[in-house]
Amino acid sequence: MTTANLLLVIFLLIGIAYYLGFDRSRNLARPLGGIRHLHSLPVYYGMRAAIWSGVPALALLILWVIFDDALILSALLSGLPEQLQPHTLSEKNLLINSIENLASGALSTEGVDPAMIVASERLTELRRNGASLVTAVALSTAVLGAFWGWLKISPQLRARQEVERVFRIALLACACVAIFTTVGILLSVLFESLRFFHSVPVTDFLFGLEWSPQTAIRADQIGSSGSFGAVPLFLGTLLISLIAMTVAVPVGLMSAIYLAEYANATVRNYAKPALEILAGIPTVVYGFFAALTVAPFLRNAGEGVGLTVSSESALAAGLVMGVMIIPFVSSLADDVINAVPQSLRDGSLGLGATQSETIKKVIFPAALPGIVGGVLLAVSRAIGETMIVVMAAGLTAKLTANPLDAVTTITVQIVTLLVGDQEFDSPKTLAAFALGLMLFMVTLALNFVALHVVKKYREQYD
Amino acid sequence: MTDNRKNLALVQKGLRRRYRAERRFRLYGILSISFGLLCVLLLFADIISKGHSAFLQTYIQLEVTYDSGILDIDDVSDSGQVALGNFDGIVRAALLEQFPQVSSRRDKKELYQLVSSGEGFELRDRLVANPALLGKTETLWLVADDDIDTYFKTLDDDQVFAGMVSERQQAWVQALVDADRIKLKLNTNFFTRGDSREPEQAGIWGAAVGSFFTLLVTLVLSFPIGVAAAIYLEEFAEKGRWTDLIEVNINNLAAVPSIIFGLLGLAIFINFFNVPRSVPVVGGLVLTLMTLPTIIISSRAAIKSVPPSIRQAAIGIGASPMQVVLHHVLPLAMPGMLTGAIIGMAQALGETAPLLMIGMVAFIVDIPSGPLDPATVLPVQIFLWADSPERAFVEKTSAAIMVLLTFLILMNTAAVILRKRLERRW
Repeated sequence: MTTANLLLVIFLLIGIAYYLGFDRSRNLARPLGGIRHLHSLPVYYGMRAAIWSGVPALALLILWVIFDDALILSALLSGLPEQLQPHTLSEKNLLINSIENLASGALSTEGVDPAMIVASERLTELRRNGASLVTAVALSTAVLGAFWGWLKISPQLRARQEVERVFRIALLACACVAIFTTVGILLSVLFESLRFFHSVPVTDFLFGLEWSPQTAIRADQIGSSGSFGAVPLFLGTLLISLIAMTVAVPVGLMSAIYLAEYANATVRNYAKPALEILAGIPTVVYGFFAALTVAPFLRNAGEGVGLTVSSESALAAGLVMGVMIIPFVSSLADDVINAVPQSLRDGSLGLGATQSETIKKVIFPAALPGIVGGVLLAVSRAIGETMIVVMAAGLTAKLTANPLDAVTTITVQIVTLLVGDQEFDSPKTLAAFALGLMLFMVTLALNFVALHVVKKYREQYD
Repeated sequence: MTDNRKNLALVQKGLRRRYRAERRFRLYGILSISFGLLCVLLLFADIISKGHSAFLQTYIQLEVTYDSGILDIDDVSDSGQVALGNFDGIVRAALLEQFPQVSSRRDKKELYQLVSSGEGFELRDRLVANPALLGKTETLWLVADDDIDTYFKTLDDDQVFAGMVSERQQAWVQALVDADRIKLKLNTNFFTRGDSREPEQAGIWGAAVGSFFTLLVTLVLSFPIGVAAAIYLEEFAEKGRWTDLIEVNINNLAAVPSIIFGLLGLAIFINFFNVPRSVPVVGGLVLTLMTLPTIIISSRAAIKSVPPSIRQAAIGIGASPMQVVLHHVLPLAMPGMLTGAIIGMAQALGETAPLLMIGMVAFIVDIPSGPLDPATVLPVQIFLWADSPERAFVEKTSAAIMVLLTFLILMNTAAVILRKRLERRW
């Protein structure tokens, strides 16, 4: 039975278990004089039976789906004759691959070692047996569970409490997905990074000034030693983020101030959502805009005044990224400014300050921690932004601070190193995970500090 | 008295300067907002001006004869014969018939380039659908090649873009114009096909279906999990270290760069669990993890907005805490949660970077038929086309962006309407 059909049958069994539990509780209640003599409503008896039937069977099925390949392959390998036993990991992968191809018929059996043909037949058999075994076990678990749930029903059974406990555990499990995600991210980038740092020393990676992630295919190849000094990438990322922040922070901040302090309700009702449109546009669209409209425009403008602007200049990517971040800064700043108590404004205006003086000398200092937090969050957005730089910034790692030059960033390199087919043991692909680790650490630190600052600030006026 | 007057004079002296500063400050604010709004306008104007022409396509009218000699087919029901049939040959014959004076081999080769190389397949499908056509002649509008398409579209402009179109080809196009045999019609390929290397045959339907399946997986996973997590955190969690840890994690995940989720998907789902690459299920899983914080945060806000009196009333008539939540709080908070879910889905629909990591950038021609078929999604299709060197792909990319933005605007409008219509003020 295929997994999908098995799933369908299990759900059917769950439904039947629910109905049987429901029905039995009502039948038990009838001689006692109605369901008010039961401890819980009949629904809960039904649900309890359904849980007993479904949860163990589904758990079993999930475990099987996750581990079936590993189990079957290890059984296959242990059954192989001595001369076929692989010695290295790559040999093992190759062997498994050819046996799978033989089994699926993609490879003709002509001229193949007969032991291999036996192995391929064994693989097919193991798969078939495994599938029928799991079908049998899962279905009998479901039936037995339903029977157990049905059997235990009595008017005294505290079914509601039991069902609610299961619900509560399920809710907690869902809430913990966030933790698992963080742990998953950490594990995935950390492990691959550690493997990377085995072949490239950490100091070379963090302080090296040259980035050219080529690895040799042959041992004697020229010019393919590969150097993994990430400083040019850090500088490129910083340069583009800096350009983005010089656009986003003043514009976003002034927009927020105007909307919060000056604009009347009509302007606010239309201008605010219109600005928010910028936040909803996918980054790939910004990338297209930067690469095909802004970059050629800047190059032509540069030619006009006698400057050589690269067609993949940091300026184009940075400007467009800044535009993208404007609504982010302005909505955060808006929240913070609105949180400043009205009494501070009234006091300042009452002493004769103009509105702009009130804003500059009273509201802005009062809101400063929150604004700083918001800006930090915006910086972390800029550093992690991918599509704009992939499409509009360059690939060559240069040590330069000239915004008209092409630079590359951490995210661009992650994408270029990992897109397409790749093997998982070359330093070239592992370097991407090391860069990912850097990115994760930096953004995590920025977010942590920013959230902390914002929280501290909020408590001040609450 | 004199002191007071002196102060007044002092204030009055500075007043003009201060008012000027006030006006200047106000102007900066107006300029900032105008800049932001201008960027919105510029972006839309740029995309629309580049992309609107992609919705029309150049077609050439030809008399196509399904000549069984050229096709080498005598029985249409024989699929082997049909598969080998020389359908390009009858397109060429039709072109030669239109321009009988072309004789040299080089000229013929150029002539054949007028019509898209994918049209042979179109004719094959027509013949298979209607076998009686064999040996008959039909007047058909065939899709022109992308270079001809670009040339024809700029023909009326001041600046004609000839590009790869030779002078002889230009003369032929002029002849077709004079004979009224070339015109722009609605580009149906764009809405019904998958990706193609030929710009005139490329469409977004494959990517749109891929996006649909990916979002379906995302919605089915992230909405229940997100709502359940929000319920737990708002209604059941006791203040403590564990709860704090969960909250810190959710807030941090909301700000983690999306590409990191791609790395997670690559290392865990593809490398560890051996899920196949490029399939919507993996894309959906990665996007689920990415949108969960958004959905949890908005769901929590929705639960918070349900007044405590509802809970107290339910508890007062004997409901258990779980019954209070499932029977009363959840239904009342549902509109707010749905709004959050739509916004999360809009975010997922526009996301590109993590999907690049898990191999959804493959060149996929077929329309996916389920969430386990290799597929690509709309934003990735845009990225792929933006990278293509053919000039005709620029308008295709912009048109695809217009389609994507239309979906996003629809979703966000739906969210706003839902919020306005269903959300209750207590």
